[in-house]
Order: sequence, then structure tokens, then C-alpha cells
Amino acid sequence: MRTNIFAFPQLSLRFLPIWRRNYMVWKKMAGPSILGHLADPVIYMLGLGYGLGGMLPEISGMSYIAFLSAGTVCYSTMNSASFEALYSGFARMHEQRTWEAILNTPITLDDIVLSEIAWAASKSVLSGIAVLLVIWILGLAHSPLSLWIIPLSLLVGLCFASLGLIVTALAPGYEFFMYYFTLVITPMTLLCGVFFPVDQLPAMLQTVSAMLPLTHAVDLARPLLNNAIPVNFMADIAVLTGYALVGFYVSLVLFRKRLAQ
Amino acid sequence: MSFVSIVIHAQGLLKIYAGQRVVDGISLEIKHGECFGLLGPNGAGKTTTLRLLLGLIAPDAGEISLLGQAIPQQAREARLRIGVVPQMDNLDPDFTVAENLLVYGSYFGMTDAAIEARLPELLEFANLTHKRDVKVPTLSGGMKRRLTLARALVNDPDVIFLDEPTTGLDPQARHLIWQRLRELTARGKTLVLTTHFMDEAERLCHRLAVMDNGRIISQGTPRELIADNIEPQVVEVFGEQAADWAKSHAANHTERFEISGESVFCYVRDAHPLLLELQQHPKLRYVHRPANLEDVFLKLTGREMRE
Repeated sequence: MRTNIFAFPQLSLRFLPIWRRNYMVWKKMAGPSILGHLADPVIYMLGLGYGLGGMLPEISGMSYIAFLSAGTVCYSTMNSASFEALYSGFARMHEQRTWEAILNTPITLDDIVLSEIAWAASKSVLSGIAVLLVIWILGLAHSPLSLWIIPLSLLVGLCFASLGLIVTALAPGYEFFMYYFTLVITPMTLLCGVFFPVDQLPAMLQTVSAMLPLTHAVDLARPLLNNAIPVNFMADIAVLTGYALVGFYVSLVLFRKRLAQ
Repeated sequence: MSFVSIVIHAQGLLKIYAGQRVVDGISLEIKHGECFGLLGPNGAGKTTTLRLLLGLIAPDAGEISLLGQAIPQQAREARLRIGVVPQMDNLDPDFTVAENLLVYGSYFGMTDAAIEARLPELLEFANLTHKRDVKVPTLSGGMKRRLTLARALVNDPDVIFLDEPTTGLDPQARHLIWQRLRELTARGKTLVLTTHFMDEAERLCHRLAVMDNGRIISQGTPRELIADNIEPQVVEVFGEQAADWAKSHAANHTERFEISGESVFCYVRDAHPLLLELQQHPKLRYVHRPANLEDVFLKLTGREMRE
């Protein structure tokens, strides 16, 4: 009789009306949102890129600001999905009881979790496009290969939305999210080649770095912005996809458990 | 039509949370077009029963059929024809009144055009036509509740579940909700509501089930519940000496009495001898009235606070 919380996800297109609901909410505050997506990477790239970059030699055959631009794409898209999945997702689940309202309609929890991931990933795509525009305007990338940044932003978004939802499913309140940002997101940013090449790290940390999803995002983004095809792109895509799928399933199981109360 | 169809059938429902039987062997049959009330103190298991009937949680034992669909297995299909008014407000605070209805309708797979066509009727039903483009946080409590009711009707459901629909509303707002709910039953909708307001249950519900500790302890029409459970007349006696009077005299003139602080509730089949007796004690004040659901409720579930 008891429903199985470990059941295979039941996926359908019923998540689309929820995606549209989130889009309608976002549209009301689109101005500040887009400004944030643009201003953040500009500040990082100009500040660190020119400030710090002025004192540095070329890294991996490119200027520091060009090196940093790939890191910024990944860092920004990761953050967009993470904030959406954690803070906004928690508001919809807990504070505003939006999920509760939706669950009274012919939409299931599986659809809702899928909608959260799709929506958070959409925010990543928006963020990825914003950073790409900044990169183009600053003249840091020219090749059509750089357009691959857009699908990459989607993949990075799906990955970090799924991982973030695991934290949301476990969170008793907003304070809980500090653990995730302090213990996962910040170290990831420093270990995954966003600001400096991973080979600068001690061997042990390089091994850790190779297991983290952001490393694989950076490994894809950096050559794409430098007019080159990433060497191990199949493996990188596989790792990001794997994190997304496992994250989706684990978060769904945790939400099923949480909402069965 | 003399044919009476059963809209909801539940048999032997059991739900256990942390070793406690929150719903403990509930069986119900709710007929098409009736307003059925679940009555009980806080923590009696009313909301859990509703959540079981809607298929939002799975029972640990028992069977449910809702509009011919097995619950929770076919809950999604059943919910296409169900409306829900939850206990806690969960309207979308970022949206206007109209946007709330449009977005909610889209969850049922309705097209924007189909929902737009229903909007004027829904807004009028909720007395919110003039608030169409106003954002939710600026609405009063009564308006929010009416919008929640309109939202539950967006898919033109056959059955509407309402969890404490008037809790927290002022009397004017409450009466308007009651009027609207009566209009819905007049249109042939089936209503299932929980409440702990006896006047609400007495006015609205064709049939009631009184719940306590996860069980149904009495079931029937409001009149049947009163006739089955309690003496028809009540005399409430007040005053400082009421308790003393009751201890020495009440037993001789009543079928049953209860002392609660400075009030004494006397339950009688014939109030005449008791009223004559009370006239001998000029310092006692009293009110004579017919027994009501609240008397039944307090008899069945006790007078002590539930916290």
C-alpha cells in the first residue's frame, strides 16, 4: 500500500505550466535580474582580469582576463542555478506553499522537481548568455565555437540545480544553505580552475578536483572560448550529466520522503 | 433521479505517524451533491483524512475510491475533477487575482483561452471583479479566501474539498463564504469540509462525522447527531453559587449536568421542573435553549483543552 519513495521518476511535460509560472514571476523583476547577471561578470573580469591580470604573465597561452572569462562563465552559471534551487526553490516549497497548491492539481511531485531543475537551469542559460555577451564585447572570444557556451550553460545549470535541490530537500530553513555555499560551492570555485589552473594545486587536491563537476565545466568552457575543441569533451559531458541525473534522483527521493509527512 | 451515486468511498483507513494512529480505522461514504462535514477538535485527524482522500499521502491500510478512481494509485486522474481549498493560504503572492486563476488553470492542462472565458464568472462568484488586477498581498483575509475558493473552481470540479474554509475570518466574510458554498451544493457540487465551528457545520452540512483521536465517533445529519447523542433541552446556569447549587440540587432535576467553572450545563428531556426549581434561587441566572451540535461535540470529545 505504501508508495515507494525509491520508484523510478515519472516524467511528463506537465512540468511546463510550472516553468511558465516561474517565468511569469521572473518577468516582473526581469530588469534587476538581467542587470545582476551582466554586472557580476563584468566586475569580476574587469577587476580581477585587468587588476590581477596586469601583474601576471600569460597563462596557458592566453591573457589572464581571457583565462578568467571561461572560469567566470562556469562560476556564474553554477551560482545562478544554485541560488535558484536553494533560496527560491525553498521559498516555493516551504514559505509560499506553492508546491502544496500545485500538488492539489493533476501535477505530481516528480513533475514539480523536474520543473525546479528546468527553471534553475534556464536561469543558468540566461546567466551564460550574459557572460558570453560581456566576453564578446570585451573582445575576448571571436570564434563561433564560443556559441557552445550556451548549451554548456544549460548542462552546468541542470547539474547544479539537481545538486542544489538535494540541499533544499534536507533544509530546515534558509540558514542551512550557508553550509552548502561555505563547504561545497566556495571550495569548488577555488579547486576547479576558475581563477588559476588546476595544475597549480598539490597532487592530492588535483585528484579531488578531477572528481568535481565544475572542473569538467571549466575544461569544456576554456577551449571553446579559445577556438579549440575540448580534448575530453565526451568524458566532461558524461560527468556533468551523471551528476545531474544522480542529483535529480536523490533530490526526488528526499522530497518524496519530506512531503509524505 | 432516485439513483444515488457514491462519490467517495473509504474503507478502514489507517495512517500512522511516528507510532501514533493519526487516522485509525475510518470508513466513509459521501454521496453526490451533498455537503459532508468532518468535525473534530484540533489534532483529531481531519486534515490527515482529507489528505488521504485526495491521495496526497498513502494510507498504511484501507481502500479509497474517489469519483470511481482508486486512490492513491489514480489520484492524478481523479484530481482533474477535484477542487481544493487548503487550510493555509497558498496563493501566489507575486501575481494579481486574475493571474492566480490563469496560472492555476494551466496546471489542469487548460488553455489560456479556456481559462479567460471562465474568468468573469469566477471573479463574480468571488466578489472580486473589481480586484481583478490587484496583487494578492493587498487583499483582505476574506478576499484571499474567496480567491482561493474561486481558484478551486477553475477546472469546474465535481467535488470540492475545503479544509477549515472560514477559520480566521470575520462574521461578514464568513457569511459570504457560507452563501457561496450553499450555491455550490445547489448546483449539484459535492462538498467535503472540515471545521471546528459548530454553527458552520449545522448550517452547511447535510451529513457530519464527528472525529476524535483518529476515529469517527458519531455520524449522521445534524438533527440525528443531536437526537442520538444528547437530551433535547439545555439549561445553562451561571453565577457564583451555580456550582454549589448544582452539587446539591441538579441531580434531582436533570438527566445529566456538567460543571465548568462558574457555569453549569444541565441536559434535560423536559425543562419544566428544572425551571421551576431555578425560580426558587433568585441569585442564579440561566438560559434555556434547545440542544445544539456544540453540546454534542463537547459531550463526545470532552471539555478539556486540546493543545
